[in-house]
Amino acid sequence: MDITTIDEFLAQDERKELLRLLTAGSVDDGKSTLIGRLLYDSKRLYDDQLQALERDSRRMGNAGEHIDYALLCDGLRAEREQGITIDVAYRYFATSRRKFIIADTPGHEQYTRNMITGGSTANLAIILVDVRHGIVQQTLRHSYLVSLLGIHHVVLAINKMDLVGYDRKPFDDIVATYHQWLATQNIVFADLCCIPLSALEGDNVVERSANMAWYEGASLLEHLESVPINRDINLSSFRLPVQYVLRPDQSFRGFAAKVASGIVRRGDEVVALPSMRRSHIKDIVTYEGSLEEAFAPQSVVVTLEDEIDLSRGEMLIRPEDRPSIGHNLRAMLVWMDEQPMDMAKLFYLKHTTRLTRGRVTTLHYRVDTNRATKVDVSRLQLNDIAEVSLTTSSPLFYDAYVTNRATGAFILIDPVSNFTSAVGMIICEDRESAEANRGYVSLAEMGFAGEEQRVIERFCVALRERHGIDIDLRS
Amino acid sequence: MSYSLSHLRTLEAESIHIIREVAAEFRNPVMLYSIGKDSSVMVRLAEKAFAPGRVPFPLLHIDSKWKFREMIEFRDRYAREQGWQLIVEYNRRAYEEGVGPFTHGSRVHTDLMKTQALLQALKRYGFDAAFGGARRDEERSRAKERIFSFRNAFQQWEPKNQRPELWDIYNTRIAEGESIRVFPLSNWTELDVWQYIRMERIPIVPLYYAKRRPIVEHNGNLILVDDERMPRELRRRAEWRMVRFRTLGCYPLTGAVESSADTLEKIIEEMMTTTKSERTTRVIDFDQEGSMEQKKREGYF
Repeated sequence: MDITTIDEFLAQDERKELLRLLTAGSVDDGKSTLIGRLLYDSKRLYDDQLQALERDSRRMGNAGEHIDYALLCDGLRAEREQGITIDVAYRYFATSRRKFIIADTPGHEQYTRNMITGGSTANLAIILVDVRHGIVQQTLRHSYLVSLLGIHHVVLAINKMDLVGYDRKPFDDIVATYHQWLATQNIVFADLCCIPLSALEGDNVVERSANMAWYEGASLLEHLESVPINRDINLSSFRLPVQYVLRPDQSFRGFAAKVASGIVRRGDEVVALPSMRRSHIKDIVTYEGSLEEAFAPQSVVVTLEDEIDLSRGEMLIRPEDRPSIGHNLRAMLVWMDEQPMDMAKLFYLKHTTRLTRGRVTTLHYRVDTNRATKVDVSRLQLNDIAEVSLTTSSPLFYDAYVTNRATGAFILIDPVSNFTSAVGMIICEDRESAEANRGYVSLAEMGFAGEEQRVIERFCVALRERHGIDIDLRS
Repeated sequence: MSYSLSHLRTLEAESIHIIREVAAEFRNPVMLYSIGKDSSVMVRLAEKAFAPGRVPFPLLHIDSKWKFREMIEFRDRYAREQGWQLIVEYNRRAYEEGVGPFTHGSRVHTDLMKTQALLQALKRYGFDAAFGGARRDEERSRAKERIFSFRNAFQQWEPKNQRPELWDIYNTRIAEGESIRVFPLSNWTELDVWQYIRMERIPIVPLYYAKRRPIVEHNGNLILVDDERMPRELRRRAEWRMVRFRTLGCYPLTGAVESSADTLEKIIEEMMTTTKSERTTRVIDFDQEGSMEQKKREGYF
């Protein structure tokens, strides 16, 4: 490689996209072996790491004659002793086309929270299946969690094909069973790809395997390199949750934020929530200078034409595309805390950059993730997933999680232990609670009539339009 | 116009978001500055996060008193030029007692002059959040650490009881006396860091570039003769060799590599064809089984 080629390489490398992926599978599905293989075959292992790996494989490996790639991924001492992965671990590798971040998460039931953690930022999930065992409960649980997290791209990696003589039939059977199950659960993955492979032998991991000529699809790595991910971020609804107000001097007042979704251009009319005040984007400022436009997920500073009230936890939006605004939500909640949920607790709720207090008012049902069915629930424990109603002390500016991950997600923090007790994905406004919590007065009973009522109506309309105060007028 | 960000711009945007989140939610944050390449990138990201304003927190350098002289020169010049608020702290008592790697060994030296010095400084100033430049691709135990990593009142890390961390919503709540270590470069790789330094023209300590330097081979490491404190019997064996450093730390504990890479492009090229991971040049990682994990539990970055 001479300098011209290294320059070319660097120029090309700077433009690579980043793909984040989640791997889920049982302990024995060969997940760590698969990751080790990807790292190994993409040359992300150094000699000293390889030597340590070979040494460790001999001493405590479980892969017989082979190098035990799993040892690469099992970092912490406790898990080296137990021979299992106990937490999310992140791995990095790159090919000539993309950079990859792998969140390696455990398959055990008690560690659902780690899989949820690892998957929250993933573009793609690899769900591993042992071809000899087919679709097992854990596969279903992982699939449900992947759909809950709103991951669009899914790979069903049917592993250990070498152990069934690279036979097509078991592969086809598993794929058919899986499609059937998805249909019964109303789970639709925008992009599902089923790949027969052997992580241990390397079949269809990087190179297409000569052992499975009947398979015409891409190898796993080819698929990872080419799956289109530029539509994974919502670029249609502009949401700018203010993170930090910059006032370096009297003349400059900028709102620092990561664009949660959408695109914004200089000169655009914007509305500030919750004040409902309108202004225009004066400038989009970065360290390098001004930008004409900014889009998710860029971190920028915007300035406005007018001096309007706007601080951390508030939001800039476009007037024609407003999020929901309110105190009453329906959401899927995943309980992450060893302590069971206490319904009486007033949690801290963090949503975008907004911190408020929130209480779970109703548990509607719990999801039995083994069968993805709804069951009755009286309390939530570690790894439980339930649909709940929540009420917050100040209003949230939110979208449904399925349409906008960035403005549809929140966390609940225990006010005593400060632990992240739960994470939530917003479904919609909770109309019943909103209705129940709404007070009403009868203008007629209060003695207002005719012209007076019309003045009050105009006043109410102004409150709603300018300040977002939701007042319902009924005759 | 295509609305997609390259991996480096994605990582940059995420790191800036993390840095702003800390400035917004903590009472008294600080950025640990080690003078190394990762620190240089982290500081640049902080400058970007608050431009056109100034970085609203100080930088803290824990001086083990055994850093390479060129590091200290670089630190002082660059801090002055950039107008940083820079705090330099060291373990006074251990220093006066003459603790050093040649006399006390790497474990004792690292514990007293790095870990304890850091803990003392965090306590003295009452910092409730401290940024570190660690990357998850550096070492196995780091691969599992959260970006916002909780420390109890004894500054300890408990790997089994980490707070779940989802999306880009960070839990910053702590009780009195507790703190958070924040790693904005968690998802950067060594190559990403070098690429970014090149793309952004970020100044780095010249020790990263290959040059003829006086070197002693000691326990398999190539150690630079940086000052008179190196025992004379070692210094006597010094010879001039063309070397550079892949990581920077205390000079007696940081091995050089033989190299002719004297430009960023050559460094990157070398890095991509090299067969040794960067931490092999660090003596402290190998001094006991599972040693980085142990040091992290004790409070080391």
